[in-house]
Amino acid sequence: MKRLQRLLSDRLAAASLAVLAAILAAGALAPWIAPHPPDEVDMALRYAPWSLDYPLGNDQLGRCVLSRVLHGIRPSVLYVLAAVLASAGFGTAVGMAAGLLRGRTDALLMRLCDVMLSFPGYVMTLAVIGVLGTGLANILLAFILMKWAWFARVARTAVQRHADAGYVLFARTLGAGRLTLLRRHLLPACLPELAVLASGSFGTTLLQVSGLSFLGLGIQAPHAEWGMMLSEARQAMFSRPEQLLAPGFMIVLTVSAVNFLSDALQTALDPQAGGPRQAAAVPGEPEAAAAAMLRKEAV
Amino acid sequence: MLRYAARRALAAVPLLAAISFLAFLLNQLAPIEPAVAVLHAQGVPQATEELIAAKRTELGLDRPLPIRYAEWLLSALKLDFGQSYVTGQPVLALLCPALLHTLQLAAVSFAVIVLLSIGLGVFCALREGTRLDQGTRAAAFFLTALPPYLLAAGLVWLLSVKLDLLPTSGLGGPASFVLPAAVLAAGYAGVYFRVIRSSMIAGRHDDSILYGRACGLPERTLTLRMLVQSLRLTVPIFAMAVPILLGSTVVVENVFAWPGLGTMSVKAILSRDYPVIQAFVLLLASAFVLFNAAADIVGAMLDPRLRKEL
Repeated sequence: MKRLQRLLSDRLAAASLAVLAAILAAGALAPWIAPHPPDEVDMALRYAPWSLDYPLGNDQLGRCVLSRVLHGIRPSVLYVLAAVLASAGFGTAVGMAAGLLRGRTDALLMRLCDVMLSFPGYVMTLAVIGVLGTGLANILLAFILMKWAWFARVARTAVQRHADAGYVLFARTLGAGRLTLLRRHLLPACLPELAVLASGSFGTTLLQVSGLSFLGLGIQAPHAEWGMMLSEARQAMFSRPEQLLAPGFMIVLTVSAVNFLSDALQTALDPQAGGPRQAAAVPGEPEAAAAAMLRKEAV
Repeated sequence: MLRYAARRALAAVPLLAAISFLAFLLNQLAPIEPAVAVLHAQGVPQATEELIAAKRTELGLDRPLPIRYAEWLLSALKLDFGQSYVTGQPVLALLCPALLHTLQLAAVSFAVIVLLSIGLGVFCALREGTRLDQGTRAAAFFLTALPPYLLAAGLVWLLSVKLDLLPTSGLGGPASFVLPAAVLAAGYAGVYFRVIRSSMIAGRHDDSILYGRACGLPERTLTLRMLVQSLRLTVPIFAMAVPILLGSTVVVENVFAWPGLGTMSVKAILSRDYPVIQAFVLLLASAFVLFNAAADIVGAMLDPRLRKEL
């Protein structure tokens, strides 16, 4: 709770959190708050400028841009968030198991992680899409397959560091079982680092998923997704550059909010941060930062 | 030191083996059988049972998995990745020019990234906390949140269409490198410059610098010393940027119609050209592992404390 208070006392972080909450809520409620169906074609309104009825104007098929932006929140943000949480959950479980059980299980799981981590992000995603075919579900699956290993590594390192701490040893002496140890002591101790990693990888995953949709590897028409809206807008870029504005602004807003939050989380959870350690995610590989962090911790 | 380097290099071998097996498996895990995929790719309208069976024998797909893996690996070591399902050309003939073009683009972007991040990092570290420092950091922050394809579209619209200064796409003279390299470098420089900046600032409060200043060393020497210190920490991070760049040119290459690995891989994915996808995955993942090992070794050379590991 104290940590949460410290986070919210940072005004920028509180604002980012509010923006993100608003976006997520709008995405969940999209069918009820969007003024028009997102795929309602009306060629009479082709490239119409904004009006009271269509606040953000219309696209190349006369569809309502505002409705498409709102409906696009689900595939662009909500599903990506779900994928990040899934890989964080799975990775944490694996990492904690490795850290607690030690020995052969640990060695086996960590070698597996090494193999997963030796595939650069984009390449792994492209490989999975190459095998399973295009589509948003396959992209998200690729991200889950790829990112869990980072969470596993971080969780394992954190568990090992705390497992020999005095308070954990004390709890064990009192007869606490492994599950109690995990729930009461180890999970809360690992949470800060996992939160930083998760928020960092959320930001880059958002960008990458929209990039793959932009290339036509993701969600298929006529569904609305920001990356795909931008790809459609690019076709008419020379005559109607303003079509790029709405989806482009939404992506930049969301990713900035996530990055600010990630930065603030890191400062709030680790007040002595400030060494040569990367705060924001490396675009493409936020985990490179985590790797550098881990390398330093191993010394 | 030599011992560390040898052990670190050896540790990469099992990883490479695992990667090659995964790359090989890609083909086997596909929901569409390879023989059917080949027939589709070659434009056969109806894949009959006999055609599929014949194709399977032709491709050697009816033999056991371990044997096929061993054969595939041996020929891959000889740089023979089989033939493209679509064009029938050897994969190597497709891969080589694409790799060359991507390497050129990555090399130019890497140079831009290094120069920009060192320049900006030192500039901001010396002005820590001033408006200039804050402004540069805010701009970098904005750039990292900007999708590269949107930046590309904006730059093309402004510089190629409105001002007609640069070509919009394709690989031509030196001018055609400007936009793709700028877009690729923008996001990365925004992050790496922060690394340089914060390690410079950390070094500034170091006792050795304080001592140097007390001894009356000129500020320029001290700045240079701080830079060398911070580079010592950041060289391994920069080394890893090379394979990351090679793997993430996908979006930029497709936007600028650059005839490199990214364009090739997306085309291969859309036409389910598995041998090309396999070669692409194997090549980049191996590069990643090798550069990782090299980065660790260089890091250990520069900082003896890191040698204890392994």
